[in-house]
Amino acid sequence: MFALARTFALVGVDAEPVYVEVDIGAGLPSFTIVGLPDAAVRESRERVRSALKNCGFRYPDNRITVNLAPADVRKAGPGFDLAIAAAILAATGQLPKPVVDNYAMAGELALDGGIRPAPGALAMAEGASGWALRGVAVAPQDASQAALVEGIDVMPVAHLTQLRELAEGEIAPAARSEPPADDGEMPDLADLRGHPVLRRCLEIAAAGAHSLLLIGPPGGGKTLALQRLPSLLPPLSANEVIEVTRIAGICGQNGGPRTRRPFRAPHHTVSGRALVGGGTPPRPGEVTRAHRGVLFLDELGEFRRDALEALRIPLEDGAVTVTRTTGTLSLPCRFMLVAASNPCPCGNGPDSGECECHPAAVTRYLAKLSGALADRIDITLHVDPPPAEELIEEDSEDSSTVRDRVIRARHAQEERLGEGRTNSEMTPSEVRRHCDLDLPSRRVLEEAHRQLGLSARGWDRCVKLARTIADLAGEERISEQHVSDAIEKRRRPER
Amino acid sequence: MSSALRPRACAGCLRRAWLVASLAGHIENAVEDAPGRRARELLALPDEELARAMARSKASSFIERAAERDPARMLAAVAGSNAWASCRHDEVYPEALGDLGDASAVIFGRGDPARLAEISRNDVVTIVGSRRPSGYGRDVAKALGAEIAASGFAVVSGMAMGIDSCAHEGALGAGGLTVAVLGTGVDVPYPQRSTRLYEEIVERGVVIGELPPGTQARRWTFPARNRIMAALGAMTVVVEARERSGSLITATMAQDLNREVGAVPGRVGSSSAAGTNGLLHEGAHVIRGAQDVLDALVGPGVGRAPRVLTGPTLEPDLASVLDLVERGAGSADALARGARMDPGSLAAALLRLELSGYVRSDSAGRYERTALAAPGVA
Repeated sequence: MFALARTFALVGVDAEPVYVEVDIGAGLPSFTIVGLPDAAVRESRERVRSALKNCGFRYPDNRITVNLAPADVRKAGPGFDLAIAAAILAATGQLPKPVVDNYAMAGELALDGGIRPAPGALAMAEGASGWALRGVAVAPQDASQAALVEGIDVMPVAHLTQLRELAEGEIAPAARSEPPADDGEMPDLADLRGHPVLRRCLEIAAAGAHSLLLIGPPGGGKTLALQRLPSLLPPLSANEVIEVTRIAGICGQNGGPRTRRPFRAPHHTVSGRALVGGGTPPRPGEVTRAHRGVLFLDELGEFRRDALEALRIPLEDGAVTVTRTTGTLSLPCRFMLVAASNPCPCGNGPDSGECECHPAAVTRYLAKLSGALADRIDITLHVDPPPAEELIEEDSEDSSTVRDRVIRARHAQEERLGEGRTNSEMTPSEVRRHCDLDLPSRRVLEEAHRQLGLSARGWDRCVKLARTIADLAGEERISEQHVSDAIEKRRRPER
Repeated sequence: MSSALRPRACAGCLRRAWLVASLAGHIENAVEDAPGRRARELLALPDEELARAMARSKASSFIERAAERDPARMLAAVAGSNAWASCRHDEVYPEALGDLGDASAVIFGRGDPARLAEISRNDVVTIVGSRRPSGYGRDVAKALGAEIAASGFAVVSGMAMGIDSCAHEGALGAGGLTVAVLGTGVDVPYPQRSTRLYEEIVERGVVIGELPPGTQARRWTFPARNRIMAALGAMTVVVEARERSGSLITATMAQDLNREVGAVPGRVGSSSAAGTNGLLHEGAHVIRGAQDVLDALVGPGVGRAPRVLTGPTLEPDLASVLDLVERGAGSADALARGARMDPGSLAAALLRLELSGYVRSDSAGRYERTALAAPGVA
């Protein structure tokens, strides 16, 4: 007796089709799973056996062989349970075969036959539509995110016994969900008082997705400010919702579509691999989880140097490429980098006169800020605690007002560069095409190059930043004022 | 060495220098936690007593070895490290050091000895200060070094990080004469990070020290070096010092030698200026610039006025921003709060001021006024 079911293995941020072949033959009772299963997949047999028995199905007292094909792709996680159980049912004639032919299935089994969500439902639904299947069967919790994919039926099944209802057409596909508007509460920029320049830097950074570094003593408002950055960012477009939800799903976040831009803040002890992704099997890192959103590195000077070094290429390319002997895969990571740091290990700042750090320690600390990432940071700002009288002044602008300006500036960028693209991502040829500089602007840049040591890469970055500043002002032409403003924002923390 | 002047050192004095160097480790152990005071007491002892105090039972072997040292070989070692040696009986040896009860027997040096010999003992200013100064302290040290050197004084300092290095750099930048007094052998740049500065001083100034070539740094060698700096300067100016800073020891030594002592005022309440403000309270000269040094050393209002650098003229907008920076608003945020102009124009104005040299920004974008004077505003 033989049957074939369909499911997926997760590779990077994609779902690869996997056939679940079940053969039930004569022999002593046994249950073997082959095809590069990991420990969780191998333990699947215990869950499948109990679930089948507890649901009143007949569990075959024969030799059961399960093959997960293709045999050379690693299979990880508990999501294979449902497809294995369905294939056994089909092989023993307890479930009509068309069900396992028409639907891919993914879900973890509870011992009573209940179906728990599995990671990557949205990626699997996309995989199913490429596989010319009618649909996918997933746990109800996963249905709303999988239903973002068009042209495919997403069948929510809560229990193993519902597979019969699925065969008889008694289950309605989940409605294709329109991503709900994001109405969740976010920390608002109105809380940030007495920081006019900092507010403006946040606005510019949000408008062009520029990277931002805030340096200052503890308690100055760096973290408070950066936590308010997401409230300034434009909402995700429909396509971006799918991208973000898919990555979140693969990282094990179930539930509905993600309408909010990700805001990832890994602790400074994070390893390079956890930051950029990789490992065996390759898993998305923090940069991929921050795709289309914000990666926030608090206490930048405390991060491991190799971890910061590893960030350079993802920042430049917008993708992490993982190469293994079995092949190469690419993990998307178009994120905005923001960071906060003390000016030295003690926090007072080497030039303040109150610093208690050894000069060599300060140099080491600053080298971390200036070494790996300096040329990739567009805006650097020193943040001091504002005087008390500023804190009790009248309310400052709230997030939605600033966000409207940001959205307007982003529209100007999309018109120029294409959907979803920002000034910070411009290629050199795009910079030449869209950032025409007049003579005074060039002169300021040249002077800064000569006197302040502006590097060639820094030059390009200044021009991009000036482009964003002009976009925020609603001006088509970049003026000398915009360029000067941009150069002032680009400073390298070094001595 | 191109100079016709040939510094000389007699055998006895050379033997004394080498004896001290051979006992360096013992002295290090003996001075324990009061290296400043104890080292001077020890260095004032004659050879035999010093050896007995340090090496006890082995003292005689140290004395014997010192007596057997061949002066020719010692001089060869000095020449081998491109240095020269001048003992207290020689004309190159700075006369001012004679005021010290514990003056070193030999001064070793690198760089043209004629430069040292030409300095009149009243035309030397010693500048010292913190190794971890504020940006303000650095600026003042550099400007003072430059102005004092430009008025024809030699600037003496210790080549330590921070104020010392800034003072040397300022003097070199102004094309003046600067003397670095090391706490190591004169062929050992210390700290190592200052090697470039060291080479520049050897090239255009003089590096001196009392320890034979090759001697490494010890805790006690720095306070010992300080007494030479204090004795050399007709005035010792402390630019920035914390409480209980080594620079204050130098200032006290200068006072004991009847030299003038000056200090640059710092912010009240700032720990990096607590020591200098304390000196002022005790009656040190207030040093706001080179003219104050001249007033104290040469006489009030007496010329040799240092040249003041003046920058390009400023538009009213820029002048008002410059005024804000001068009044001490540091970060961009603080400036914007005071300026009441939109942050974009303010940023552009700050960049223009920086490009024309009126302000400088530190590692993190905090703005400070430079020493460059604005025309008409001064």
